[in-house]
Amino acid sequence: MNAQDIITPTKTFILNEYLPGEDPAGLTDTTPLMTTGILDSIAVLKLVTFLEKQFGITIEPHEAVVENLNTLSDMAGLVMSKKPSSPTAG
Amino acid sequence: MVMRSLHQLLDFSASQFPDKVALEEAESGSITYSQLAGLSDRLRDRLFQLGVQPGDRVGICMRKSCDAVASIFGIMKAGAAYVPVDPTAPASRNAFIFHNCAVKVLLVEARLTEALRLEFYQVGFAPEIIVIEGTGAGVSLIKALDQLDAVSPAASVASAAPDPSRLAYILYTSGSTGRPKGVMLSHSNAACFVDWCSDVFQPTEHDRFSSHAPFHFDLSVLDIYVSLKHGAALVLVEEQLGKEPARLAPWIAKKKITVWYSAPSILSLLTQFGKLEQNDYSSLRLVLFAGEVFPIKYLKLLKSLWPRPHYFNLYGPTETNVCTFYEVPQQIPEFQTEPVPIGKACPYCEPLVVNEVGNEVARGAEGELCIAGPSVMQGYWSLPDKTANAFLPGHKKRWYRTGDIVRELADGNYKFLGRRDRMIKKRGYRIELGEIEAALYRYPAIKEAAVLAFPDDEGVPITAFASTRDGSKLSIIELKKFCSENLPLYMVPDHFCFFESLPKTSTDKIDYQSLKEMRRDSGLGGLVQ
Repeated sequence: MNAQDIITPTKTFILNEYLPGEDPAGLTDTTPLMTTGILDSIAVLKLVTFLEKQFGITIEPHEAVVENLNTLSDMAGLVMSKKPSSPTAG
Repeated sequence: MVMRSLHQLLDFSASQFPDKVALEEAESGSITYSQLAGLSDRLRDRLFQLGVQPGDRVGICMRKSCDAVASIFGIMKAGAAYVPVDPTAPASRNAFIFHNCAVKVLLVEARLTEALRLEFYQVGFAPEIIVIEGTGAGVSLIKALDQLDAVSPAASVASAAPDPSRLAYILYTSGSTGRPKGVMLSHSNAACFVDWCSDVFQPTEHDRFSSHAPFHFDLSVLDIYVSLKHGAALVLVEEQLGKEPARLAPWIAKKKITVWYSAPSILSLLTQFGKLEQNDYSSLRLVLFAGEVFPIKYLKLLKSLWPRPHYFNLYGPTETNVCTFYEVPQQIPEFQTEPVPIGKACPYCEPLVVNEVGNEVARGAEGELCIAGPSVMQGYWSLPDKTANAFLPGHKKRWYRTGDIVRELADGNYKFLGRRDRMIKKRGYRIELGEIEAALYRYPAIKEAAVLAFPDDEGVPITAFASTRDGSKLSIIELKKFCSENLPLYMVPDHFCFFESLPKTSTDKIDYQSLKEMRRDSGLGGLVQ
């Protein structure tokens, strides 16, 4: 699993839930989401639930912080840190 | 003890419980009563040396911390009023506040200093600034004072003579014209409420109070002064922790909080996401809430998860402090679907319910709640017209018009029905929707803007309706970013709807009623074209 595998469905989720009608190109991997109010505290709780279900991981309360969830890129980093990459074939 | 000024509470407790912990921070340690009193004395001396005199204002722009509480008391000991702001709010807003009330000195965290200086420079305002490198357990404030002492020692002086009528603090709330307005409260305004809390809640030195509300929010008055008056420990909830129910819930249990006070919104989140059945909350004896309506389904759920404590709904705008209260019955009837009432007037307040022209309504009729008594504010800073309009005209007594529409129930409790104006409460914060509109009008592409709130059981989502100069739709991401740079985060609209032009009334004003209906019809996701 690479970063894009995480970013693509997460971006779709955020666009559908919190930014309906927004041009998808406007939401980049580095768009700040928590520090701009795009995601408020309740939205973050729902996003964490989404990430847990979608990627089969558990996000501890102390990990659901701005450093890990402010951008799509940060989220991908968090998820990947919990899902060790598959051993390379050969 | 007869208390005449708020800072005397600390000195009294410091004499009774010098070695007891007064304040605890989540990760940065704690401070005892004698240390807190000593540190606030040192700041008082420094402020005196800087020329602060009784009646002056001193600003505070820092994270909630022991340093901030010591600053509050140091400022009051110097006879000045403290002006706390939200350190996470845009620098332009905070700079406006400090300039507006002409603070003589400003205590500010180093990371926030530059942006404020830049804003001050643009308006030619130059208060004395005490820069504090970070915050935590008072260590940074001590360091800042040590550095100043090394250059020019501050002689020890006596605290300003107590004067109950002197301003203790100015709390800025959202203003309908786009500028925050400063509510001026004296020592005696707060003292009558603090003394009433002593009678009703019977705090002791064994209590452990939570401090969830930020210091620029009037819930902090109960947290700080009631706890410290009685030698209890005040446990500071760091801002981010205070928003995260999954972390906050076990923290409340671990810290053995006995008195919890917050807006209902975080309590609702704790019931939903806090897994409250997993921890031991047997220390909790009081759950106090204020600032907004508590959705009854979450209050019932919370009571089932935390059955032991007594629950109180405390009601009152910043201008009057808490003025009515209601103790929630141990059993809320299963069939009750309405929120609990705001209760009866506190003994220091007189209530009056009036109609549109200011005449008292018959008992049980709907009307605006007005409050008179010693807790009512002095006025709005430097806004004499607004102050005059805040009180009922034609009365000798100062009846503050709350703007809240109520009805007295048969049992004497008041029931909150809504607002007569465009102010809302979200997560306990007062928001004038006009302030958000004013910010949106500063976005160059926006031609017209109207903002409405649509409360439901989950919260108070804010929707902005806008039309643009060229008829195009705007990026919601860009608009939210813009709003977050011009408004506190809790004011950033949740949804945006774009129109070619906004509906108008026959007098060519924006037709809010039509907008409400259009939103209802659209079922609203975000964008209506």
